[in-house]
Amino acid sequence: MMSPEFYSEVGNLLMWLLTAAWLLPLLGFVIEIFGGYWSDRKSKTPAYLAVGCIGTGFLLSLVALLTWVDAADLNLWHFGDTESAAVAHHEADAAEAGHEDDHSHSHDHADHSNAHGEHGDAHHDGGHHGGHESHANDPFKTAFAGTFYRLGKYGSLDITLDWYIDGLTVAMFAMVTLIATCIHIFAIGYMSDELTERYEDHFVHTEDGGHFHRVGRFYRFFAYLSLFCFAMLGLVLAGNIFQVFIFWELVGVCSYLLIGFYVERKTASTAANKAFIMNRVGDFGFLIGLMILWTWFGVFQFAETNPETVGSTGLFQMVRTADGELETQGEGREKVVVLQAQQGIHKDGGNPHPTIPYFLLVAAGLGIFGGCIGKSAQFPLQTWLPDAMEGPTPVSALVHSATMVAAGVYLVGRFYPMFTPEVLLVIAYTGCITLFVGATIAVVATDIKKVLAYSTISQLGYMMLALGVGGWLAGLFHLITHAFFKSLMFLCSGSVIHGCHHEQEMTKMGGLAKKMPITCWTMFVGVVAISGLAIPFLGIPKLGAIAFSGYHSKDAIVAAGMTFSSLNPIHSLLFFVPLITAGITAFYMFRMWFMTFFGKPKDQHVYDHAHESPRVMTAPLLILAFFAMFCAIGGENGPLAQLILTTEPVHVAEGAMEAGHIGLNLPGHHQIHEFHASAGAVALLVAFGGTILAYLFYGLGIVDTGAMQKQFGGVHEFLREKWMFDELYEWMWVRPTLVVATWAAAFDRCVLDRFLGFLAGMVVAISSWDRRFDEAVVDRLVNAVGEATSSVGRSLRYVQTGRLRQYVMFIAVSVVMLFFVLFAYLPR
Amino acid sequence: MENVGLEMFLAVSAVLFVCGVVCMATKRNAIGVLMGVELVLNGANLNLVAFSRYGSLGLDGQVMSLFVIVLAAAEAAAALAIVLAFYNNHMTVDVDQATDLQG
Repeated sequence: MMSPEFYSEVGNLLMWLLTAAWLLPLLGFVIEIFGGYWSDRKSKTPAYLAVGCIGTGFLLSLVALLTWVDAADLNLWHFGDTESAAVAHHEADAAEAGHEDDHSHSHDHADHSNAHGEHGDAHHDGGHHGGHESHANDPFKTAFAGTFYRLGKYGSLDITLDWYIDGLTVAMFAMVTLIATCIHIFAIGYMSDELTERYEDHFVHTEDGGHFHRVGRFYRFFAYLSLFCFAMLGLVLAGNIFQVFIFWELVGVCSYLLIGFYVERKTASTAANKAFIMNRVGDFGFLIGLMILWTWFGVFQFAETNPETVGSTGLFQMVRTADGELETQGEGREKVVVLQAQQGIHKDGGNPHPTIPYFLLVAAGLGIFGGCIGKSAQFPLQTWLPDAMEGPTPVSALVHSATMVAAGVYLVGRFYPMFTPEVLLVIAYTGCITLFVGATIAVVATDIKKVLAYSTISQLGYMMLALGVGGWLAGLFHLITHAFFKSLMFLCSGSVIHGCHHEQEMTKMGGLAKKMPITCWTMFVGVVAISGLAIPFLGIPKLGAIAFSGYHSKDAIVAAGMTFSSLNPIHSLLFFVPLITAGITAFYMFRMWFMTFFGKPKDQHVYDHAHESPRVMTAPLLILAFFAMFCAIGGENGPLAQLILTTEPVHVAEGAMEAGHIGLNLPGHHQIHEFHASAGAVALLVAFGGTILAYLFYGLGIVDTGAMQKQFGGVHEFLREKWMFDELYEWMWVRPTLVVATWAAAFDRCVLDRFLGFLAGMVVAISSWDRRFDEAVVDRLVNAVGEATSSVGRSLRYVQTGRLRQYVMFIAVSVVMLFFVLFAYLPR
Repeated sequence: MENVGLEMFLAVSAVLFVCGVVCMATKRNAIGVLMGVELVLNGANLNLVAFSRYGSLGLDGQVMSLFVIVLAAAEAAAALAIVLAFYNNHMTVDVDQATDLQG
């Protein structure tokens, strides 16, 4: 726990750095979208502006990352021999915690009630693993939170814009801005054919058989990209779940705009609609979760970490005790979870609910996870992501592989303390199904981007599985490494597509390695990374196995799955499916690589015209390849994993036995660690198996793949049709909807329209009667009054002669007559 | 003066009033008409003063007649200006000739 002055100083600095990095793309967006109207269509200024904004954002994020690491006093290089330093550091922590106890709220790790306190951990864990326990045990210690602006306070509903900065936030910021910068630069080259007053879209045919022509939309593309970066960074920076929802929708809108960038293509506009609508399905669950959370907790904030605001509390601190336990009472349907620190932010009369029913907490978790299913394209909402490949390739790289679709995984990781074991099991199985379905479809896909899209689905499934089986670190570790190598591979495929003049079918490629060597070998880096290959039996003492980033993270996931299934033999599928799929992953990735870059050219025309991409496109490939190789250096003891580990919820490190209603055993750190070596070996073996198989099939070509397709025609067709999900949804939802719609239309026509027609006829009849009444009575009455007035006026005209003497006579005579009348008739 | 009663004053004022009305009704000369108006006003003044002396009107009647005198002066000034303007345009002061506004 740090002192309040230090906290506010560092917190403010971080807040300003990351807020600037967050808002710069918004500024870029505004200038680009409005400047675009009066600037030259051939100008590259919007691109330079966008690159400048996000590049500056990256530098700011980097500064923030370093500031944060410095402030958190984090030792990123835990390579075995640093144990003594770590222990010393841990003791200093404990001492400091003692001093600051009066400032800290009850979540300080110093007052752990049971034997699982960090002292116990540090001893029985042993080895280099014990070192980072001192950080992992209190994620709120190294987190900074605050409020930007209160949007409104409606009764007890307080909606604010908050920020929440911890290890995960800074890691995500650096990752998103770095990848986005690379992709922006790549897009300058990739989208250069939009730099024209007359763009010919070869995929859209006009009625006279020609191609569709329009003006280039270079500036608009970069404006959308900038808006997306703003939304994504806002999502990561958000300090409460409601704000996450706002930016969640905003990235959805950007995704919609970017998928439908070639809006004249029917496929693109349909895909954009599909993506948006399927996300709505998930977001419905998200909304339900939000409502439950609001009703029972009264706050949306994740956690309140400012040492000065004693007693204030966020969701995570309410639902779990200081050592991360769910405190429950009662059994069965009466089971409730006791909420901690009831004098929360929600101060008006205190939180009305001291407890929340257990099933509602499960429902809230499932609801929030529903949003993640939609956004991260998990089963059963995965079908939108492959269609989203209709967008330009840089979009696929940025939005639909590296960042936006990973937001679901990020949110599950962020919201982890709220998930009960039941929810985690659902998450694990969802991920398990998704990763298998995605991988199997990728095996038969022939569109180079579709292969990558299904691979993305599959890898997101891996992350979800890891989170679900208690491998919190593994899931988010894989999120970051995957972002690097998958965006790299997407950009490589973009380079191929650009070089082959928008040919995406791998069946027409082949032998491109000679034509585009840089693309080929950077792609190789990505393929090796995602396959999780490593050099066996060799390892650098401090850094562990010699391998690219994907090996380390996938290794961690498989280890988590293996531990989980050994603790819960009933759920052993959660280990075997990802293990087998690791082999399938290696197979389809190498299949893609061999089909594209090796073998004989299958289409001479494409081959002859293929060329390596310009340097503005290959440079980002090299940068990303570097990070795909080295970003996870050191594996789980390396800096990246250590950085993420600081955010790990308190309860994860311990694991849990017989947790929840269903008695799930969740593995802890030391249990996973025991399985790590064997899991790594098995996973590596399977990955090599897949690689060799792919080499035999597609590298050497010893098997006639065409014949195999005929042999397994049914299976092949089933996979080609993407497990029939689209047909299933067609039958389950679209057709019934259409039937109901037809009925509704018929009802409209036959009943409602007729009824309305009858009403309209009535109104017309009544009006015509009313008109007659008006003409006959009202008009005549008014006219009569007018006539009378006018005729009186006409007759009085003669009296006004203009002769003075006559007037005087009238007056005199009238007065005299008045006198007579008065005297005659007035009573005395 | 003791035997002169209210009736005498009223009789004189009635004569004045009738003279004025007759003058207004018979004169075609605008100046004559104005003079008739003066007679009518003064007949009324005489009434007021007489009631002030004999009736219960008190000093109010005299104040009222002062108002009437001032009003008559103002009216005469305005009317004479109109008559002069009329004369400038028509070279006559015959009120029967003033038919410009007749419909």
